[in-house]
Order: sequence, then structure tokens, then C-alpha cells
Amino acid sequence: MPLIKDDRLVEDPWVPAEDEGPLPLEPRVIVGLARWQAGREELLARNAPLGIRLTSDQAPAVIAEDLGHFDLVALEFPKFTDGRAYSYARLLRERYGFTGELRAVGNVLRDQLVFMQRCGFDAFEVVDEAALDGWRKAVREISVRYQPAADRRPWAAALRHGGTSDLPAAVAGQQAPVIACAAE
Amino acid sequence: MYRYDEFDHTLVAERVDQFRDQVRRRLSGELNEDEFKPLRLLNGLYLQLHAYMLRVNVPYGTLSSRQLRQLAHVARRYDKGYGHFTTRQNIQYNWPKLAEVPDILAELATVEMHAIQSSGNSFRNVTADHLAGAAADEIEDPRVYAEIVRQWSTLHPEFSFLPRKFKIAVTAAPSDRAAVRVHDIGIRMRRNEAGEAGFEIIVGGGQGRTPIVGSTIREFLPKRHLLSYLEAILRVYNQLGRRDNLFKARIKILVQQTGVEAFTRLVEEEWRHIKDGALELPAEEIARIESYFAPPPFEELAAEQPVFEAKRAADPVFGHFVRTNVKAHKQPGYAIVSVSLKPEGGVPGDATAEQMEFLADLAERYSFDEIRVTHEQNLVLPHVDQSEVHEVWRALAGQGLATPNIGLVSDIIACPGLDYCNLANARSIPVAQRISTRFRDLKRQYDIGELKIKISGCINACGHHHVGHIGILGVDRKGEEFYQITLGGDAGETAALGKIIGPSFSYDGVVAAVETIVDTYVKVRRNGEAFNETYARVGPEPFKETLYATH
Repeated sequence: MPLIKDDRLVEDPWVPAEDEGPLPLEPRVIVGLARWQAGREELLARNAPLGIRLTSDQAPAVIAEDLGHFDLVALEFPKFTDGRAYSYARLLRERYGFTGELRAVGNVLRDQLVFMQRCGFDAFEVVDEAALDGWRKAVREISVRYQPAADRRPWAAALRHGGTSDLPAAVAGQQAPVIACAAE
Repeated sequence: MYRYDEFDHTLVAERVDQFRDQVRRRLSGELNEDEFKPLRLLNGLYLQLHAYMLRVNVPYGTLSSRQLRQLAHVARRYDKGYGHFTTRQNIQYNWPKLAEVPDILAELATVEMHAIQSSGNSFRNVTADHLAGAAADEIEDPRVYAEIVRQWSTLHPEFSFLPRKFKIAVTAAPSDRAAVRVHDIGIRMRRNEAGEAGFEIIVGGGQGRTPIVGSTIREFLPKRHLLSYLEAILRVYNQLGRRDNLFKARIKILVQQTGVEAFTRLVEEEWRHIKDGALELPAEEIARIESYFAPPPFEELAAEQPVFEAKRAADPVFGHFVRTNVKAHKQPGYAIVSVSLKPEGGVPGDATAEQMEFLADLAERYSFDEIRVTHEQNLVLPHVDQSEVHEVWRALAGQGLATPNIGLVSDIIACPGLDYCNLANARSIPVAQRISTRFRDLKRQYDIGELKIKISGCINACGHHHVGHIGILGVDRKGEEFYQITLGGDAGETAALGKIIGPSFSYDGVVAAVETIVDTYVKVRRNGEAFNETYARVGPEPFKETLYATH
């Protein structure tokens, strides 16, 4: 699956692990919640980067205490209309202070990317490589934010009263917005 | 009225460009209809029985003359010369061409209007009391907060893919003209014991196939916390609302299944984390938006205008109009004039381009440039000098817009029904037309008094039948249109859902059934008793008796 990160297509250094059986030999492994809960000791004993993948009915509260062990959290969009992971992403960034890679996986479409990015996702598994151009366009299509969100950029109500404005620079779209760490 | 600043203009302009590109991808075949559907739905574009339908937001039902003229222009240039005002204070065009929709949106953007999220499973247009800024009983102008909510709910990154559509209504008066108890969230301004204005928050009301009167989950919320509290409610709903069954996906089902108390605890717990965060409303921002809704430059007038009273006494036809269509204004010497879009035999809520332009001119001349759309599908000139009401009436009469029936039996709410909508089971509009024709005698209508008939062509209840004094629901029975009748519903501060009176009626029989109900009410009511008071006192029996006993 092509992976977009930092405004470009990158090789995915991570490999998924099955729920059972031997772990992959690669250093960077993504496990499901069941494997994490059942094999926590074994996974931590590897002493290597670890990622976890949550389905859309697994709220991140279940791993909130364990987040220090993960370099990556992948949140599934089983279909693009299932919007639960937008809330999960904001909670991970804004409440639980997760600063690692937050990856959108599943039915990830270009027209939703800007919302995902604003909720704190910084990596996107997309269906095809052509999506990169779409992504570059999509994240710049709407520059005005009527809400504060996990991207930590000032919203219109704040900018109107003295907050620093990134308008119209963002309108011109020379630079992709940067995801800031959101730990409180 | 609110005016866009650079942020608002930029957002709408960017949205037009974005949608133009999406339409281009659809027309070139890059997107198929399935892929295009969610994109068009976030821009108010439906595919109906015969054509695309475009729903344009009228935030909290307030229009300037310039905006209404532009709506007329769109009707003439891109549609068949008319538009349809809806039960959510919006306007719909039934015949736009897909390739032209981006141009329509661009034309609307020039008058600070858009169709963003007027469909789809996200926040819909925020509605409010249509008499805001004019009614004597309001605490403050509710549109200030409706506008604040409108902005917050527009392209919200977290809540654009909710389990289901989400409707918010705002009122600031004890007399509830915004039906806040039958919305996903109802916001009601009230004062606390210290006399400060804040909000009562009502959640989980709604109509549709499971009608529920909403529950108050917070008695008093300080103004500055409005958005954080809404965000807490939505965050709970977005995570826990059902996504496995379209018919159980509204927040009202979550509130019912969780229990009001448990649901409230979830919201309050979420809110505890975010209430003092970035969403706290800056006082300067509230003040900025308030300044747009400052009262128009009213003149100091005597409360009673002799000219008005004299004309009223001299001309009984004008007197009828005043009785039903003219209400007292909070500013002495001014009046609120309602324009009925329910002429005898007409389509409820339809207005031609010519009528819209005419009303725009009238509003400019007589009503400080303002027009309101009501959720009962009428229009309002909110600020008319009493001494000019007679002139306004004569002008309206010249355009067939002076039907003196506001609140009467022929002032019927009806959804588009099977004539347009692919969800409908039965026709609504012709039923409304036949009822209004049956009760064409004005004297009879006055004798009956205030009575709200509401008609929906299917269980989705766009015609609000659950809260009609007499509600009519179209159902499909083996391919034939039948109509189920409910009695005793109420959309106001004493919100109630109507109860089914008995077996349904055929298309041919439904008008006679309504007439029987009305006649029975007139016969058994006591002095001055409203329909629901009579119904509460005597119960369904007398109505059942006359409706079914002779069959």
C-alpha cells in the first residue's frame, strides 16, 4: 500500500504481524490490540520499535496507559463514512499526548485527507500512488479553520482578534501544514 | 445581519472551487456515481426521482433583499423559475443541471450563501426562531449564537462523518418557535438565578420513524462554554452512536439506549477535559457577532399608530389579514408581517422568481432589508412600521401573496412527497392542496381558529407530522397511497408527539377524514379551547366515533 508521509510517498518501514504465530523478523512491527493484550511481555522483550493497529470499534482509551511503548498507532477507517477514528485521533494527540506516527489506514480517500490531517494524522495509507497529487491538492483546498483541532493552528475566531494569521499564505499553498505535537 | 469577513469569504470561495473540481472529476468519469455521492451530499446535492435537487442553506432563516434577489435569479437562470422553502428554513431547487451546479454555488457565494452540509451525515443548517430580533419575548437575539454554531459546525474536521445527520436549533424566547425539543440538539437561552443569560441544552429530540421529545441534559450553560459543550456532546455521539443500522443512528437512539442520566455523565466527563481549552469563546468574538445583529435604526414611534387602527377598522379584508398575519413587534409602533406561501390550492412553500424579487423590493422599502424564512414554510417581513402595513398588504395582495391564513387550517406544512422525493411513499403536496381547497371559506377557517396540519410523505417526517395538531403520514400499502392520522402533536414549548387515531385513510378519503376531525373539534370544544386542549380533555373517543363508527 503506498504511504504518504511528510508530503511525499515513502517506503513503509513497518510490517504487520498476524494475531498469532511467529512475529515478523523485521524490526518495526505493527500488532493488533488482541496480540498486544495477549503477548505484551514477548513484544516488549523484543526491544524494538512497536506499532499498534486499532479497529474502528476499539477506542484508544484501552491503550492510553501503554502509549509510551508505541512509536506508531494505526487507526482503521473500515469505510470512509465511519468517522469514529477522527475522534480517536484527536484524543490520542490532544488528551493522551501521543507524539509518534498516527497513521490512517483502510478506506482512506483524498477528499477526507484534510479532515484527517487536522485531527492529528500524519501518515496515510492510500489506495494508489496517483493519490499523492490529489493529497497535495486536497490538504490545501480549504485554508480557513472554523475550529481549533489537533493541528494546533489558530481558528478564525482567534485570528480575528489578534492571533497570528497564516492567511493568505496557506491559501497560496506553498507549504503543507505541519503536524505539531499536541501534548498538554 | 451577519456579513462575511475575509475568513468566511475565503472558505466559501475555496469550497466552490473544490466542488467544481469534484464535479469535473464526475463528468469526466474519474469518479463514478457511488464515489461522487458522498461528495455531492456534503454540498447539498441530491439525486431525486427526476433530477438533481440542490438545497441551499438559509442560516437561521434570515435573508437580505440582495440574497433573496439572487435566489430568484438562480431560480430563473438555472431552474424552472421557482424555488421551494423547506421546513428547515432552507430553499430547494428541483431541476438544476449537474454541470451548472458549481456556477450556481459561485453565484450564491457572491451574496454570502452556500450549500455546504445541507445534506449528508453531518451538521445541517442551524435554525433559529424566525422572529429573532423582532419578538417581544426574547432575552437576546438567538441568531448571534446560531451564527457562532454555524461557523463551528462548518467543515468540522472531527464531525464531518457522523453516524447520521445532525440538526441544531436555537431559541432565546420562552415561546418556542424553533421547535428546539425535536432537534438533535436544542439550545434555549434562559437566565440563571443571578439573572445572567446562558443556555439550557436539550439533546436527543427528533422526528423521523422514532419520534422523541428531547431531554434537558444541562439546565444552565454559561455562554462562553457553548462550543466546548457542543463538542463534548458530539464527541460522545461520534464514538458511540450506532453505525450498524441507519434507522438507529440518530443521537436520540443513543440517548435512549444509554439512558439520559448515563449519557449526561459521559458528556460532562468529556466536557471536563475540554471546557477551559481552546474552544472557550473569546468575548471579543461574541461582541463582534453581536454587533452584526444590532437592531436596525428604528424610529421612535407611538405604540399605537392611528392610521393603522383606522384602516383596520375601515377595511374588514385588511382586518382579517392583520388578525392572522400581523404580530406585535418589540419596538413600539412596528409590526411583524407574515407572508403566507400557502394560497388556496397552492404548493406549500413554493415561491416564483417574480414573487421573490417582489418581496425583496418590499423588504428593502418597508422592512430594513430583511426577510425571514419560517420552518412553517412561510416568509416574514420582520420590521414594518405599523402605519405602512396597509400599503404592504395592498402590494402583497397584488401579487397573490396576501393570503390571510397564518396559523389556520390551510397554513399546512408539507414535505415534497412522492411528486419529487425518492424516499416518499405517498404524495403530500396534492393532499395539502386539496385540504386548503376544501377549507377555502375564510369565515369557516376563522371560526375553526388556530390549527396546525402537517403532512409527511414518508416516515422520515420532513413534513413534521408528529408535531402537527393533526398529523398526516403517507404510507404505502400494497402499492397504494394511504394516510395515517395522528392527533395532539405540538412543536412548541409544550412539545408533544401526536397519537395515531386509528386505521389509515385512502388518498381519496383523507381530506374528508380531516374535515370530520375538524368538525368534531368545533362541535365538542368549549369556549376558546384550542385543538390540543380539547383533545386532552375529551381524548380520542369522539374523533374515533365520528371517523370510524359510520363506516
